Amino acid sequence: MTPAPHDITIVEAAARLRAGSLTAEALTEAALARIAATDGTLGSFITVTADAARAAARAADRALRTGTAASPLAGIPVAVKDVIATAGVQTTAGSRILEGFVPPYDATVAARLKAAGAVIVGKANCDEFAMGSSNENSAYGPARNPWDPTRVPGGSSGGSATAVAGGQALASLGTDTGGSIRLPASYCGLVGMKPTYGRVSRYGVVAYASSLDQVGPFARTVRDCALVLGTIAGHDPRDSTSVDRPVPAFDAALAAGAAGLRIGVPREYFTDGMQPDVEGAVRAAVDTLAGAGAAVREVSLPHSEYAVACYYVLATAEASSNLARYDGVRYGIRRAGDEGLLAMYRKTRAAGFGAEVKRRIMLGTYALSAGYYDAYYLKAQKVRTLIRRDFDRAFADVDVLATPVAPTTAFRLGEKTADPLQMYLVDVFTNPASLAGLPAIVVPCGRDAAGLPIGLQIVGPPFGEEAVLRAAQAFEDATDWHRARPPELGGRA
Amino acid sequence: MSLDLGRYESVIGLEVHAEMLTASKIFCGCSAAFGAAPNAHTCPVCLGMPGVLPVLNRRVVEFAVRAGLATHCTIAARNRWARKNYFYPDLAKGYQISQYELPICTGGWLDVAVDGAVKRVRLTRIHMEEDTGKNIHDAHGDSSLVDFNRSGVPLLEIVSEPDMATPEEAGAYLRTLRTLVQYLGICDGNMEEGSFRCDANVSVRPRGETALGVKVEIKNMNSFRSVERAIAFELRRQVAVLDEGGHLVQETRLWDADREETRSMRTKEHAHDYRYFPDPDLPPVLVSEALIARVRSALPELPEARRERFVAAFGLPPYDAEVLTARRDLADYFEAVVAAHPNAKAASNWIMGDVIRLIRERKLDEAATITDWPVAPARLAAMIALIDDGTISGKIAKTVFEEMLASDESPRAIVERKGLVQVSDEGPILAAIEQVLAAHPDKVAELRAGKDKLFGFFVGQVMKATGGKANPPLVNKLLAAKLKG
Repeated sequence: MTPAPHDITIVEAAARLRAGSLTAEALTEAALARIAATDGTLGSFITVTADAARAAARAADRALRTGTAASPLAGIPVAVKDVIATAGVQTTAGSRILEGFVPPYDATVAARLKAAGAVIVGKANCDEFAMGSSNENSAYGPARNPWDPTRVPGGSSGGSATAVAGGQALASLGTDTGGSIRLPASYCGLVGMKPTYGRVSRYGVVAYASSLDQVGPFARTVRDCALVLGTIAGHDPRDSTSVDRPVPAFDAALAAGAAGLRIGVPREYFTDGMQPDVEGAVRAAVDTLAGAGAAVREVSLPHSEYAVACYYVLATAEASSNLARYDGVRYGIRRAGDEGLLAMYRKTRAAGFGAEVKRRIMLGTYALSAGYYDAYYLKAQKVRTLIRRDFDRAFADVDVLATPVAPTTAFRLGEKTADPLQMYLVDVFTNPASLAGLPAIVVPCGRDAAGLPIGLQIVGPPFGEEAVLRAAQAFEDATDWHRARPPELGGRA
Repeated sequence: MSLDLGRYESVIGLEVHAEMLTASKIFCGCSAAFGAAPNAHTCPVCLGMPGVLPVLNRRVVEFAVRAGLATHCTIAARNRWARKNYFYPDLAKGYQISQYELPICTGGWLDVAVDGAVKRVRLTRIHMEEDTGKNIHDAHGDSSLVDFNRSGVPLLEIVSEPDMATPEEAGAYLRTLRTLVQYLGICDGNMEEGSFRCDANVSVRPRGETALGVKVEIKNMNSFRSVERAIAFELRRQVAVLDEGGHLVQETRLWDADREETRSMRTKEHAHDYRYFPDPDLPPVLVSEALIARVRSALPELPEARRERFVAAFGLPPYDAEVLTARRDLADYFEAVVAAHPNAKAASNWIMGDVIRLIRERKLDEAATITDWPVAPARLAAMIALIDDGTISGKIAKTVFEEMLASDESPRAIVERKGLVQVSDEGPILAAIEQVLAAHPDKVAELRAGKDKLFGFFVGQVMKATGGKANPPLVNKLLAAKLKG
């Protein structure tokens, strides 16, 4: 009997595909059936690519039969955030302005997934241009949290998270600019990872904030996450910010255990406004790691409190420039009349962009304007340096940092949409590592009184993915949180 | 075009955009060649499609270093890309990747010959940037079209200090700079096709004043002549405004070559705020000492040095040297002719006369490098050798030259085929003289009576009688002996 896709990991599926007890086609059909049955509720996908998925599955089955499927991702159904360009398949970035845009090129990460034989089942929903923390800013409707569909899945990679948490795919790709993988992973009870800036190619990934954007995986286990990361990571000559250094065998780093690992707990990450059971779960998780042999000490990252302000100046400044290309001239929607060029720009961008995107374009334009540049953009760059130095100092004494992901668990749809600042503050614990370009993973570490998942964030030094994965695996080995499933999908663990 | 500005003096600075002669564009692999079908040289990168990223063409850095070294600039070991943000349909990304606060070259100079004196024009900076596409209006009903072939073609922006005082100095600077970039092989210098473009910053101030006046930027000048005339117009306009008690405003004005005037395009209040910031998609450009050394050692002989050498080594007049070195390919041509037959002045005369005339007629000088010369240098040298050894006269050579344009024969073959060998035997020439004198007894009488200028008439008649083949000095000598003897 074919197992339900949400009950199986990549590692398990890969073994069964090779043993002949499962075919990629059957696995893909199960995923597509699951999407058909649940996506009306979850809203994980903007585009489902059923035909292409079936063709990819059949190709994977042939490769598996002939023994040429080298990658563990061969035949594995995955979802890809809709900011990642896929040749011949509509890529909207969650925006009305790109409705109907079909890129003639694959993002490097999409090409690498395809080359590994992975089966892309669809393009995952997200906040428009990856701007948001709840997936409520998508022009294609919200995605909903499988643990409680009245709640948000987190954003901006909300659909990538709900696809995996909802059993529609075994893994997915999201992007993380200020927390957009880590927050949804935490809210949906998944493993999610933002790699070091430069570890994964950004080529073909619709840019939000170029100095911060990174692609990373969502999966159900740390090992699955490592397998996907290993597939997409590595230097790409088409991205000048991708770093030319060898990609370690990430899954080989997993076995080392917690013994001897030095873990820092930054005191600034436990604040007054936190939900008590979030703090409790994270502190318990740190204790678990200590119990497994890690040496835990408190550290200080004194400039953390400026991270959100710094992030929203720099990210919006870059965004204001990155989004200038959506002008109605070459692709995407155009609203034109006979009132000339300026009117075409105004109408196209007024109709094509949502409120949050417009807000950030205005913020960023302001921050770069003559007379304000020094006070905002330049000052924020200096603050970014100070934040990076905080981490440098901390990593002189510890291998990784353990922190909460967000002050609370998943909030209700509509709860924060009226107050952008409250929405921005959701990223208070994820923005700093983004600004410092550091690798950070989220693993499920508990649930609150309402049964909603709580995540633990583990941050490493630049290119310290192995240490981060090792700590995450040690925690996963010591706990069962990763086995938990949303209630309507098979009961709580 | 001397300009009297009365109690005012003018201050002129130029910004030049030179399209680089790289094979591919600055940030993608598309061809940078001019003249392809619209949008044939495009890809997702130079079309600014979502998610694509720039990758620097290293040749561009090399070319910039070449330009910087040739103009005595300081080369920044670490320089940076910046985004210049503005909206226009020909600007695919909504920003231009350029350089702003950290350009690759700063603080050089260019020595410019003006009216026999040398004027040193300082350079503020040279930086690298990408070109935009091109809007095409009025070709498709009410719609405008965009051709992105030029989008991403590498440019050097060369900014001078406001060191020029007259339109002539500006013109001379521009010509000198164009010759230089052509010598360096980094730009074809074609102003009409727009591969060498110039904007001028022009202001006037009362003589003796040190503070600068209100600056006006002039755009849309697509020839050297336009630049000089636009600046002259603008200076007169500014002085007229001030003389009438008016105020100048800082603005950008467009040159209208048909109406010979500048017109306001936008004033300072409407100036763009380009919101420059470092481009996060590109790491800083690091220029190593090794690269600088390599580029320096590969620099060609520059125009100034070559001019001086032509005077010193070939004994050419300075004017000849100036004309022959105005283009690197022309100077190369001259040297090839002289190498094959060492008569530099004759070579110079033929090149400055017939060869340059043909180049202009055939518009060969529009190419970055002339390859299809009207006459191969070896052929021209062989022809000059035939003159020098007395085989043909200079006059016959004109015929031989015209024949070479039409056929692939060597000058000697043409001379033989057409029987153009010069007659230097006294016998036939004397016979012709007798015949001519006999035919014009009246004129002989007039000449002998003192009308010396008729001598030329007789020379002409003798040449005509010999089919132009008579050796002219010999004709002169024998005729003189005959008439005056």
